[in-house]
Amino acid sequence: MRPLYIAGKKISIEKDPISTKTPWWMTVIAVVLALVFCAGFMLLNGNNPITVFSKMFSGAFGSLYGLSETLLKAIPLMLCGLGVAIAYRISVWNIGAEGQFVMGAIAATSITIYYPGMGAFSSITLMLLAGFIAGALWALLVAICRSYFDVNEVICSLMLNYIAILFLSFLVFEPWKDPNGFNFPGTAIFSSSQKLPALDDLRLHLGFLIALAAILLYAVLVKFTHWGYQLRLLSANANAARYAGMNVKRQIIIVLMISGGLAGIAGMVEVSGVTHRLSQGVTSGYGYTAIIVAWLARLNPIGIVISSILCGAVIVGGYSVQLIGLPASMALMIQGAILFFVIGGEVFSQYRIRVETISPKKNEQTSSSKVEVL
Amino acid sequence: MIKKIFIKSVICAGIISSALALTGCGDSKDDMSLVAAKSDSPDIAFLYIGTVGDEGWTYEHNRGRLYLEEKLGKKVDFVENVPENADAERIISQLAQDHDIIFATSFGHMDYILNSSKRFPKVKFLHAAGYKSSTNMGNYFGKNWEASYLTGIAAGSVSKTNKIGYLASFPIPQLVYNINAFTLGARSVNEDIEVNVIWNNSWYDPANERSAAISMADEGMDVLVSYPDSPATIKVAQERGIWGVGNSTSMAHYAPDAYITNPVWNWGVYYEKVVEEIKAGTWEGGSYLGGLKDGMVDLAEFGKNVPEPVKALVNKEKKRIISGEFNIFSGPIKDRDGLERVGSGEKISDEDVLTMNWFVEGVKGSLSN
Repeated sequence: MRPLYIAGKKISIEKDPISTKTPWWMTVIAVVLALVFCAGFMLLNGNNPITVFSKMFSGAFGSLYGLSETLLKAIPLMLCGLGVAIAYRISVWNIGAEGQFVMGAIAATSITIYYPGMGAFSSITLMLLAGFIAGALWALLVAICRSYFDVNEVICSLMLNYIAILFLSFLVFEPWKDPNGFNFPGTAIFSSSQKLPALDDLRLHLGFLIALAAILLYAVLVKFTHWGYQLRLLSANANAARYAGMNVKRQIIIVLMISGGLAGIAGMVEVSGVTHRLSQGVTSGYGYTAIIVAWLARLNPIGIVISSILCGAVIVGGYSVQLIGLPASMALMIQGAILFFVIGGEVFSQYRIRVETISPKKNEQTSSSKVEVL
Repeated sequence: MIKKIFIKSVICAGIISSALALTGCGDSKDDMSLVAAKSDSPDIAFLYIGTVGDEGWTYEHNRGRLYLEEKLGKKVDFVENVPENADAERIISQLAQDHDIIFATSFGHMDYILNSSKRFPKVKFLHAAGYKSSTNMGNYFGKNWEASYLTGIAAGSVSKTNKIGYLASFPIPQLVYNINAFTLGARSVNEDIEVNVIWNNSWYDPANERSAAISMADEGMDVLVSYPDSPATIKVAQERGIWGVGNSTSMAHYAPDAYITNPVWNWGVYYEKVVEEIKAGTWEGGSYLGGLKDGMVDLAEFGKNVPEPVKALVNKEKKRIISGEFNIFSGPIKDRDGLERVGSGEKISDEDVLTMNWFVEGVKGSLSN
């Protein structure tokens, strides 16, 4: 960028050589700024933003039911978010959580269709396994393309999403259609042994513990195992890892399969815990929202718990605010604005503003002061 | 370092607080509507699958809601864009906490409203176009097949190529009996008519609807019928100089030259009636099926280019249906494999129409999307 000359001072923006990591409070500020940004649109729409936000908050956290619904939404976001975060740590851009989620949901449902009548424990366990494997295999396609054919994984994983969703449509419209469903697309409702146990009178189900367990397992693996050490090394400096003789290709494959497997588990818990059937609307865009969840958490596992609950609250609260006359897309807008501001903040924090006083002497510039902003 | 962070924090805090102060200036009229006093008249909420501006299905339900607001003299809430998935159950349950009557207006909301109805036994739930009910959940619909038949007469009369394209949403009974009624109407005036069905697998997808309509026009079909909620299809008919039929609401202004007519809904009459019944305690749940006779279903005004004799014929048949003299599903009716489904002198009961899963003679296209 060309420097700006004002009143004998040279102002330029340059990459900050010291700044490596953005502090956590930057994320908080970014979220607040995003809410303020959206508040502007609420004002334009003739609504008082304070009313809207308090309505959203009470819708998402104000009652036991609201809270359980927020946590319910957080389950698939947490699992998918953890999945993509693992891949992003080593700079593998998996955009395919949506498709891996769908494949997990399909595989879990296949157990209910081809092996009905099993006991609760065995069918749930099998469904979980099937979900993980299907998600992992779907991500393996991306991993192979990336590792061995140098195909851009963003395009590859994104395109596989559409294939997975169309495959889902095919299944629910044709072979797996509920015979008693009057031709409406969707499988039959699962039997009670195929449903994840839920809290009495609420919809919050066992999947929440599964998601927390996955977070914990990941945190422990990364911190205390050899594989975790390799992962950390790879994320810190890929070249150093390569020179140290690490098999980077294999690591990418393993990471992508875990990433996809987690999204697959998310798909399984969603069909088994919430929808209790496979239908077209099963995704709700969790795989894409998971990208926001992961970045908001700065790829930190504990952060993912918090950010997935936040995103769940935005979705749950987003519908509550319609009653005061806001359009349904407000929740989506808030999510988008949050991601925009968080990533914007990250970029800005890597730069600093340098102000130099230009001395009248020929070819001599002395930097008299430096001011860093954000 | 600490000093730097401090300065940054102060700057940011300043920006945020001034922004918050700014946003706080909005007027507080919304707060007023939120604390609407609980009175004798029930608090009512509507659930829409689309947006109130979709100019089709949801638009008509919203017109019914506004009618109800006017009649009751109080605000009737609504939530739009409610998907046909597990989100619907949460939204219904949240509404059930502070509303007495809830109308859900899409087929796919059915199982979710049923679940919620069990959790909130004191709230009355009404579901459009479905078939499940419980003690506090009823369903309601109208015999739009009657209007589809009349539309078919008009379309069959104006078609020159004898090929009609029907863009349909999902292969559920609701579409099957409308396509059948339309085809019976069209073939009652022209036996050579064939109705080609294309499934769109969506209630609202203008981009897809448009490309489907273009391909139907390319195939030489000169009447395009669209069941989904957008006017995309009849706009194509206008561009191509052929005929167009919409659904749910009058769409003449989108295609003034091409427009024939189509079935329209008048939900408001029913909404007022059922709310009065619930208030009086005479509502018993179950199913309600309106029709041309009670005005829940009607035919839109004809487009300007529809010939007078066609209008006269349609109006004559409409009178016969309203008087009960004529049932559109009276035999003999053959299915498209040539099997006689309804014998001469017999007719199909309303219950059997509502679960219809076979096409009459003259319909082309697969029944499994």
